[in-house]
Amino acid sequence: MKSARQIVSDVQSGASSAEAEVTSSLEAIRSKNDELNVFLFVDEVGALDAARSVDERVAKGESVGALAGVPIALKDNLCQRGVPTTAGSRILKGWLPPYNATVIDRLLAAGAVPMGKTNMDEFAMGSSTETSAYGPTRNPLDPTRVPGGSSGGSAAAVAAEMTPLALGSDTGGSIRQPAALCGLVGLKPTYGLVSRYGLIAFSSSLDQIGPLATNAADAALLLEVIAGHDPMDSTSLPESAPLLLAHLDDGVEGKRVGLVRELVEGAEEEVVASVNRAVEALRDAGAVIVELSVPEFRLGLSAYYLIAPAEASSNLARYDGVRYGLRVDAEDVAAMNEATRTLGFGAEVKRRIMLGTYALSAGYYDAYYGQALKVRTQMIDAFRRAYQQVDLLVGATTPTVAFKFGAKTSNPMAMYLSDVYTIPTNLAGDAAISVPFGTGESQLPVGVQLLGPGRSEAQLLAAARVLELADGRP
Amino acid sequence: MASPLRREDVAKVAKLARLTLSEAELDLFTEQLGQVLEHAKDIAALNLEGVVATAHPFGLINVVRDDVLRANLSREDVLAMAPDAEDGRFAVPRIIGEAP
Repeated sequence: MKSARQIVSDVQSGASSAEAEVTSSLEAIRSKNDELNVFLFVDEVGALDAARSVDERVAKGESVGALAGVPIALKDNLCQRGVPTTAGSRILKGWLPPYNATVIDRLLAAGAVPMGKTNMDEFAMGSSTETSAYGPTRNPLDPTRVPGGSSGGSAAAVAAEMTPLALGSDTGGSIRQPAALCGLVGLKPTYGLVSRYGLIAFSSSLDQIGPLATNAADAALLLEVIAGHDPMDSTSLPESAPLLLAHLDDGVEGKRVGLVRELVEGAEEEVVASVNRAVEALRDAGAVIVELSVPEFRLGLSAYYLIAPAEASSNLARYDGVRYGLRVDAEDVAAMNEATRTLGFGAEVKRRIMLGTYALSAGYYDAYYGQALKVRTQMIDAFRRAYQQVDLLVGATTPTVAFKFGAKTSNPMAMYLSDVYTIPTNLAGDAAISVPFGTGESQLPVGVQLLGPGRSEAQLLAAARVLELADGRP
Repeated sequence: MASPLRREDVAKVAKLARLTLSEAELDLFTEQLGQVLEHAKDIAALNLEGVVATAHPFGLINVVRDDVLRANLSREDVLAMAPDAEDGRFAVPRIIGEAP
């Protein structure tokens, strides 16, 4: 598949057209979607219209933007006006958002072509797409295995060569973990770098939108387009989008990189082996490797599974059958609310709502939610101390390669452990990237994770580029 | 200090969260949520006296905008997706009934 950068260059030069690129993307989607269940909705008409409008601008000699003619897949928790958006839930089946998320307005302004909405764990709660109300997505590299989650559909769209780019959202690892399991680059930006206006909320102090791509340059290109201040999101950072492509070849010469024991402990042997080879590649490229221990990382999972459900229990209170989505009729409004939520939410969403309600309830607040917020402070302090010693941290993205369907569905704790290495970054509001490096069991890809402080995206992408080259990818 | 999760605790939070659970779901969720809370003992047991709580990574302050009129979604657009609407408003079943 052509890279996004190649498509932009071809569309701008006239060597190709947006319509041809979109038609080829539609063909790939048509031929594989039945088997893989990647897209919940394919916006064929909208995509072809948008493509023709890019081509008309090219023909008139107008400037067409940094993503001219590039097909892109959108996670189904991003609101696009008039395009069915469900967040993977039955409770939003058939809902048509009345407005665009800011990221979608920015994509359209840059000439990108949204192809449709991708499958995800219900309300982004899961690590495999198995909690989607619309059935799981299959991993294009091995259809007997999960693509990861919650942005599993977005990762699969890129891995199946349906689109060169996709947007996901990352609350505890939901971009990085599927990127690792599908052999892609996935970046969780600094909290506040990308506007969340129009992102269906899961856990508001943790959620971030970010890119999935086959390579670091395409991820940088997409992030440059969607980042930057938005007055419609009160958590948006005040600055404009950072320069990323300009720093892509900065390398890691002289950078100090910390290999974190807690980010590999408990991982499969092949995963550890890939991380070790990646560390050698960084050393070969001139980085100074320091071995570190950050014991606070071990507390991340517990803190996350109290904070995120607590916030979710509040955010999901809005699905009450009144203003949008499903309504199950009943004799009075309270019975209607309860019947609607009982039918509309799946088991994992119910578990998290109840867990959050419990963690916030009188008598348990201090022991659970209150303690978790204090652990969050300790996590932030631990990162700060680490970044006094080193520029970046490195470890695994996830303990295992892509696992089989059903392997973790009956045991929620086993599934939650899939995000044990990615959660600390979300709690701190920092940035991190997953880069494919080598393969493990059954030739499945392994993701290596690079972590940095807030606003370190340019450094992370430059380090990712070093690993990409060392792994033999152009 | 946290105590183990009981079946009646789950029934209570389900009611608070407006979810109806079957008897089988009550058993299953009590077990599964109990496992999560068991794992959370590692932080429930910590002595964190004096540590400040962080609810938000950047300690946000309020953000305000100028108090000027701007375009908003139209009433028609918003009500178009409502399960039920009447006279330009969301319509719901009875809220207050007669005394039994």
